[in-house]
This record gives sequence, C-alpha cells and structure tokens, in this order.
Amino acid sequence: MSLTYLEAIREAQYEALRRDPKVFLYGQDIGQFGGAFKATKNLQREFPDRVLDSPISEDAMIGVAIGAALEGARPIVEMQFADFSACGFNQIINQAATHYWRTNVPCPITIRLPSGGTPGSGPFHSQSMEGIYAHYPGLVILTPATVEDAYHMLLDAVSLDDPVIFCEHKFLYYHLKADSLPETGLPIGKARIARPGRHATVVTYSAMVHECVRAADELQRDGWQIEVVDLRSVKPIDTDTILASVARTGRLLCVGEAFPWGGVTAEVISKVVEDGFHLLDAPPQRLNSKDTPIPYHPNLWRAHRPTAANIGAALRGLLKF
Amino acid sequence: MAAPQTITFTEQDATDDFRQQYLVTYRHMLSARLLEDRLAALYRSGGKIVGGVYLGRGQEAYSAALGVQLKKGKDIYAGLIRDQAGRMAFGEIMLDTTRTYLGSALGPMRGRDGNIHRGRPKEGMPAMISHLGTMVSVVTGMLLARRLQGTLGDTVGATCIGDGATSTGSFHEGINTAAVEKLPLVISVANNQFAYSTPTTRQYACDDLVERAVGYGIEGYSVDGTDLAASLTVFRLAVKRAREGQGPQMIVGTLLRLSGHGEHDDASYIPPTMRKTALARDCVTVAEEFIQTQSWLSTAKLKEMRDEVRHEVDDAFSQASHEPAPDPYKEPWRALSSWKQLEGDTNEA
Ligand SMILES: Cc1ncc(C[n+]2csc(CCOP(=O)(O)OP(=O)(O)O)c2C)c(N)n1
Ligand SMILES: [Mg+2]
Repeated sequence: MSLTYLEAIREAQYEALRRDPKVFLYGQDIGQFGGAFKATKNLQREFPDRVLDSPISEDAMIGVAIGAALEGARPIVEMQFADFSACGFNQIINQAATHYWRTNVPCPITIRLPSGGTPGSGPFHSQSMEGIYAHYPGLVILTPATVEDAYHMLLDAVSLDDPVIFCEHKFLYYHLKADSLPETGLPIGKARIARPGRHATVVTYSAMVHECVRAADELQRDGWQIEVVDLRSVKPIDTDTILASVARTGRLLCVGEAFPWGGVTAEVISKVVEDGFHLLDAPPQRLNSKDTPIPYHPNLWRAHRPTAANIGAALRGLLKF
Repeated sequence: MAAPQTITFTEQDATDDFRQQYLVTYRHMLSARLLEDRLAALYRSGGKIVGGVYLGRGQEAYSAALGVQLKKGKDIYAGLIRDQAGRMAFGEIMLDTTRTYLGSALGPMRGRDGNIHRGRPKEGMPAMISHLGTMVSVVTGMLLARRLQGTLGDTVGATCIGDGATSTGSFHEGINTAAVEKLPLVISVANNQFAYSTPTTRQYACDDLVERAVGYGIEGYSVDGTDLAASLTVFRLAVKRAREGQGPQMIVGTLLRLSGHGEHDDASYIPPTMRKTALARDCVTVAEEFIQTQSWLSTAKLKEMRDEVRHEVDDAFSQASHEPAPDPYKEPWRALSSWKQLEGDTNEA
C-alpha cells in the first residue's frame, strides 16, 4: 500500500471519526464533494452525521467549533485555504487560545490549514501562517513534513485537549508518498533529525525540509555533511534537539517559507543565541521568503521563496565563515 | 422602505434608447463568452496558464447589465469572480484580462497577481482579493471619501458577489455600513445556486436573499438573471435610485453557473434536473433570440458581430502571449510605496 501526504490526512480523519464518536468535521464543500483538495473524500458517506458542510463563514465556523468543544465534541475544522483563516482570526486567537487560561476549561479543536505556496496560486492561496498563530499563547502549531507525520500528528492533534493549528503543506499533497504508515509516530513537541551531518545544522519545517535535504545532498558532493532538523511542531518547539545539533556542528541556518519578519526562524535563532551562544562558530543565519506578498507568476514565485539553490548558497556562505 | 420587488421587462420599456443599450450589452456578453471560451481551451491544453481559470459562463447578461449602466471615469465598479462581462461593459480592456491570465509583465498586475484578481483602482476598478465579501466595504469607503471630499455628486459605486459570499461577516458589515451612511452603493448578488459545490440550502435559510434588503433597511429587487432585458431594466432602475440619493440598492439575480467553479471542476454535483430548468438557460442564446424576434439585427449582422469579436479576442491573446514575463531580477521586491523614504535611502532620487 502506498499513500500520499494528502491521503494520509484523509486517513487520519477517517481514523479519528472511527475511534471517537465525539469527533466531527466541519468545513466548506467537505461533504459529498470531499473538500477542495479531496482531503475528506467519501468521509460523509461513511459518517453521514459527522461531516458537515458549512456556509462561507470562517468566523462562525471557528466559533461553532469552539462552542461544540465546550460541550464535549472534538471538531476538526477545514479552512479551504490557510489564507482564509484570517477571516476566523478573532475567534482563534481571542476565544480558542485564551479559553483554558481564563476558565480552566480546555478547548480541544483542530483547525486544518492547507498552507504554503504552489506555482500560480498567488497572494491569497499561498500563505504560511504558523508564525502568526505561534505568537499567541494557548495554541499548538503543527507543521508536518512527511506522510507519516501528516497522519500521526493529525490524530495526535485531535486527541490533544488544546486548540491545534495543523499546517499541512499543499505542495506536498500529491508528490510526497510513503509505502506504509508506522504504528506510532514521534510525540508532539519532538523534532526529528531528517538527515544527519556534522558541518552545519539546518533547522526547518514543513515543505522546506525537502528543499533543505536537496541542498544538503548537493553539498555532500563537495564533502560537506549537513544536518537537517525537521521541527515537526513549531509550538511547542524542541530546543533540546536544536541545541544538541548545533553542539555537534557549530553552525546554524534556519529556513522557513513564511515572510521574513519575525516568525519561526527568528525564534529558533533567538533561542540558540540565548542558550547556546558558546556552541556557535559562526553567526547564525536565516532564510525566509522575500518581504512582499506571494507572487502569482511562477518566475516571481520561485524567486520569492527559499529553494534548494539559495539554501545551498546560504550554507556555503555559512561554512566559509 | 418599500418591500423588495421583482422586476421584469415589458414591451413599453423597449424604447430606442433601450434597444441601443441592449445591443451594446449583448456585444459585451459575446466578447466575454468568446474570450472565456479561449481561456478555457488554453487551460485544458496546459502550459500557457498557470493557476486557475474562473469563468462567468451563464452570467454574462446579468453581469454586463450592471456594468453598462456605469460610466468609467466617474463611477466605481468592483467586479468579482464571474464578472468578465461586467468588467468589459464598464470599460476594462480585453488586454487587461489576457495579460493578467498569461502573466505578462505589461498587464495591470505585472505578474504579481493573476486571473480574476485584477483591477485599476485609479480608474474606478478596485482589484478584488480572494477573501469573499471584502470588496463591499472597500467600495463603501471609496464612496464615503467622495462624500467627505465633496466629489460624490451623482456617482455610484457597484460591487458584485455570489450567493455563497453573502454568508461572510464582511458582506453584512459592509452593507450595513453603507446603509447607515446611506451611500450610493449598488450591490449585485448573482445567485447561481452553488458556492463551489455547496447548494444554497446549506448557505442560507431565507426563501430569497433579497429579503435581506429589508433587514438592512435598503431597497431590494429580484430578477431573472438569464434575461438580459429584465436585467437591464432592474439595473437601470437601481442605479438611477442610487444616483438620486436613495441609498444602497441590492439586486438579486437568479441563474445557474454554466461552468465548473473553476475549469478544474466538472461540477458533477449540479443535479441534471436543474440543468433542464429555466435557470440553466444560456443567456447569450436567449439574448440573441430576443434580438432576432425584435428584428433588431439580421442573422448576417449577428454573424458579422461575432466575427469581429473573435478577431478582437485573437488579437488580445496574441499580443499578450508575445509580451515579456516578469523578471525576478528586475523586481524591486518592495511592498511599500515609501520604502526609499522609510529606509533612509538617499542615493536614489
Ligand atoms: C472568506 C473566503 N472563504 C473561502 C473562500 C474560497 N472560495 C472561493 S470562491 C468560493 C465559492 C463562492 O461562491 P459564491 O459566493 O456563490 O460565488 P460563485 O463562485 O458561485 O460565483 C469559495 C468557498 C474565499 N475565497 N474566501
Ligand atoms: Mg454561487
């Protein structure tokens, strides 16, 4: 059996619905149609009462999920694109994120965000919003880079008693495949060494893991051994694994697809500088997209985001220092 | 506030002036149809168009009937996904469409944004973002500024929306704000029965969306959106009322989307029975038959018009496809207009 990243997300939702009658799915076009990306294909057929089509009302969709969670349900909300979660932002950051802290009553909702860029998607169907949500206390932010993680982390998200923002990357939906799914995955909050090495550490997550591994493979030809750390979860963030890697290599590059101001890559560097300054042999570097909205034209899009080529160039600069 | 009315066309509306407007509008509909047919073909053949293609097939009459009431250089028109015809009727040139779809660096969006996400704000055509409902308040704001600056006069601002997008908070907030300010906002709702795959029964629970006009305290009208004569009649009336200071006007046209949501979508969720109802009438055919029954144009003249439009479409595609793509090395990669000032750059003038 072989399945794609997208199929893993579908399978995880199937499994979540099967395991727990309190789980339900809510989103635009997710019922009979199976969702804009088919992540809920045939699930309504299997669970007719627990896969509900919503109106185009993101604020209400999140509000409804929060309310349902307070009554004991475990909703999974699909945003048609991560970008449209902006219309439900208030409910996410002010209602869901503060709820447990204010009332001592947890708010177990999972919000799926089809994230990241693909060629021709333009400024409103391409955004990476993990950094924005991670800024707010009270949310868990997951960014799976593999088929296995897409499956297990989504199931973990549903069983967690807190609001989870599940950032699944559209670029990985169809291309990324696995032969089978392992019985269990790594726990949430634990990073993974995607590729071992000893000359420099690249910390990254989501689709950028694959660009970084390609860049690392390229540098291998010149004898460089680059370690790639896949964060998996950007909040909580696994500082121990990052520091242990930097302790081995002495050099750090952080790569993310999101906009360059602040965000996950800046957070990683600030943590390493704070707790592991003595481990560094070179100034830590970061590479993000450019500081403009995400362009529609593929020529511009390719230049806007980090790619194996400019990650490789950044690594060479880092290794020369 | 008067109760919402259903507007139909009656023979006494068929003045000379009406005939002329009808024929002009028909030509815009035809232009949109032939241009979009070409876009669909290019999408299917692959390569030329990256990203989605979204058509207004079946909505040309309803869309163009609003655009044609407005004056470019004076009024505001914020078309949405299905408003190729309305945009043309307002005065957008064909090249703006082909350049934006084909990603020409010379188009209004310069390859930075694509397909339907285009506009020329300085010419009264705000550029839609994807987030549905958001253009309602933007047009409202344009009108408010005109009032504040004393330039409102008898201008109006129009924007279009689908049945699905009426469920957004933005839609409600935008209309309510325009109503409170009693601004000349014309809001055209194209109820094409589906929002992507979602039928209207999962979108709203009122009988007819026009009932909402009552709640907002604005004037409302229903119309058969497949009928160009009725659509022209309703938009004439609504735009006139808005110009005269009667506040926001909401028009709900009933029709069916005769394409997929985008060209990637086969729309198999539309029940075949619905495709046999009057909702599914092809407005271009309906208009053409009307022209012939009225003996406004001969079959030969109609064919001549079609050939002319086809040439214009050919030219617009051919020109845009020979133009340069955006060059990442020439892009300034700046999102702020005042970046030089803000970054203290004194080297460049
Ligand atoms: C706030 C928001 N949520 C979701 C979407 C995704 N989306 C794009 S078009 C569409 C359906 C729109 O339906 P409708 O308003 O009826 O317009 P139509 O496509 O039928 O013309 C959806 C859900 C969006 N663009 N904006
Ligand atoms: Mg619709």
